[in-house]
Amino acid sequence: MEHSLSLFVRSIFVDNMIFASFLGMCSYLAVSKNVKTSLGLGIAVTFVLLVTVPVDYLLQTKILAEDGIFGIDLTYLSFILFIAVIAGIVQLVEMVVERFSPALYSALGIFLPLIAVNCAIMGASLFMQQRIQMDPATSSQAIGSIGDCFVYALSSGIGWTLAIVALAAIREKMAYTDVPRPLQGLGITFITVGLMAMAFMCFSGLSI
Amino acid sequence: MSQLFSNANKQVFMAPLNLDHPILIQVLGICSALAVTAQLEPAIVMGLSVTVITAFSNVIISLIRKTIPNRIRIIIQLVVVAALVTIVSMILKAFAYDVSVKLSVYVGLIITNCILMGRLEAFAMMNGPWESFLDGVGNGLGYAYILVIIGAVREFFGAGTLLGITIIPQSAYDAGYVNNGMMTMPAMAMILLGCVIWAHRAINKEGTK
Amino acid sequence: MKINTNSNTYTILYACGVVIIVAFLLAYVSSALKAPSEANERIDQQKQILASLNLRPDKKDVEAKFKEVVVADPIVDTTGAELKADGGFNVARKEIAATNLPVYVCNVDGETKYVLPLVGKGLWGTIWGYLAINDDCETIYGAYFSHESETAGLGALIADQPFQDKFKGKKIHDGAGNYLKVVKFGAKQDNPDIECDGISGATLTINGVSSMLHDYLKMYQNYLLSKKK
Repeated sequence: MEHSLSLFVRSIFVDNMIFASFLGMCSYLAVSKNVKTSLGLGIAVTFVLLVTVPVDYLLQTKILAEDGIFGIDLTYLSFILFIAVIAGIVQLVEMVVERFSPALYSALGIFLPLIAVNCAIMGASLFMQQRIQMDPATSSQAIGSIGDCFVYALSSGIGWTLAIVALAAIREKMAYTDVPRPLQGLGITFITVGLMAMAFMCFSGLSI
Repeated sequence: MSQLFSNANKQVFMAPLNLDHPILIQVLGICSALAVTAQLEPAIVMGLSVTVITAFSNVIISLIRKTIPNRIRIIIQLVVVAALVTIVSMILKAFAYDVSVKLSVYVGLIITNCILMGRLEAFAMMNGPWESFLDGVGNGLGYAYILVIIGAVREFFGAGTLLGITIIPQSAYDAGYVNNGMMTMPAMAMILLGCVIWAHRAINKEGTK
Repeated sequence: MKINTNSNTYTILYACGVVIIVAFLLAYVSSALKAPSEANERIDQQKQILASLNLRPDKKDVEAKFKEVVVADPIVDTTGAELKADGGFNVARKEIAATNLPVYVCNVDGETKYVLPLVGKGLWGTIWGYLAINDDCETIYGAYFSHESETAGLGALIADQPFQDKFKGKKIHDGAGNYLKVVKFGAKQDNPDIECDGISGATLTINGVSSMLHDYLKMYQNYLLSKKK
């Protein structure tokens, strides 16, 4: 329980996907122009993470690992399998959402297909793969069970959403400021994100 | 031979290095550009890996573009890219272990690097293998040189070294110079990239808006 | 003949074909590169052990040097009993426990040294190290530390040589129940024999190093006593 809590807080603030590992930057920069759409994308990312990370965890530990059902080390197939799972699940989620909740679908609609190539999703699975090796007794990053996967996916998603909504709010205000011309748009956005990342560095003293 | 290096092909190769730059203009592939640039060496290796993968995946997709069923086009592209990335990551583990440890998951993340999918979808699906190869190399190098610039600046100011070799003399430290630890933090990578974009746009006078 | 690239059969066959080709290709490359990449992992661990003995050979010489220096790698337990005469090198970091303690018995320039692996909890994640001890079983000959994810420029400095060199010549305990520890950077040392200067701004990581030293030196104590001349 203590481990889950520290993993949760840590993944949101300290190991924030955007500010510490730069995952999902492309859509982060492209979609952060207003708060409402960015919140939609954030929720979609969290949702897809919650499905893909546990599925990839099961794949990794039950099939690809040396002590899995085939008894041989198939880790070299992990990139392909992970990306296939992600692309497949994104498709599936898209269909399910379209069928059962047209309102949510029209809100998320354009973002869902984008998510398949969002590095945040793939990155979370790859980090998970790396952190299985770690020892939960000595490392608050370790992922030792499927429960940890859900915690990790949820908190990473929340962290990502937090980051994109915050940036969108700043950019909405920034539309009224007088930025030097060559710096307008992308340049100033990067510098803003840099400053936000510095602010998030304060959390790095956080310990539970 | 002259046809291979015709003006049009030269254009295909040069455009992504400057006016149609994948990072600076099209804003693709930012994730890994920032994460691996704390030192120069991983930045160079990453840049080269991406160049190789972009070039070869472009060629492969361009060769088989007429046979790919339209409906599973994206999946096929992903599989080709993922296979190439896996091979590159295994080669790195075998021959450049230290760098592969530093790059950690970011080698795997080349798969979702938007530059690759963007080039495959926009260029390789419509052009022949040779043009696609040039386009891939051009885009990869365009990506690589930004990484190298940022990596060099961060390592120089952050640790006083380049490629692990000390550049700033001890006498400078004795005189009170200190390394800027901030440079090794993720935050500075973003600010530096912002500045590079600023400089690039100022030089090109936004002629490419 | 024009094939309809949009028919279902074609699509499925195409997908299967691609998957099979790719799977075989990857399996081939992976088996071809398995040996060098496993060797790299082994060399990396050997390099760390040698670093604790103040030996930092070039990468290509690591294996030969390791063979030359390390005489035995027994596994012991907290009572000091030797459980296995060799195989300590293959104990994964995660598996080191009170009943599964690897030791590297080394011979450097004719003198016997004992290298003890250490594992502990830093600020962010696992930290580990190797401590080389002279044959008086008290004095530190050299130390090596590394970490998973300590803060760059602060806690991460434990992996740098200047910090590790501070351990040379220290004692593992003072005979009164106090073990070797790292104190706050620049703080006054009451007992310089068993206290080592820390790193500015990295107190939490350093505390991790101290408690790792305390835990492991305690576990290895009986083994070291049994070897004491």
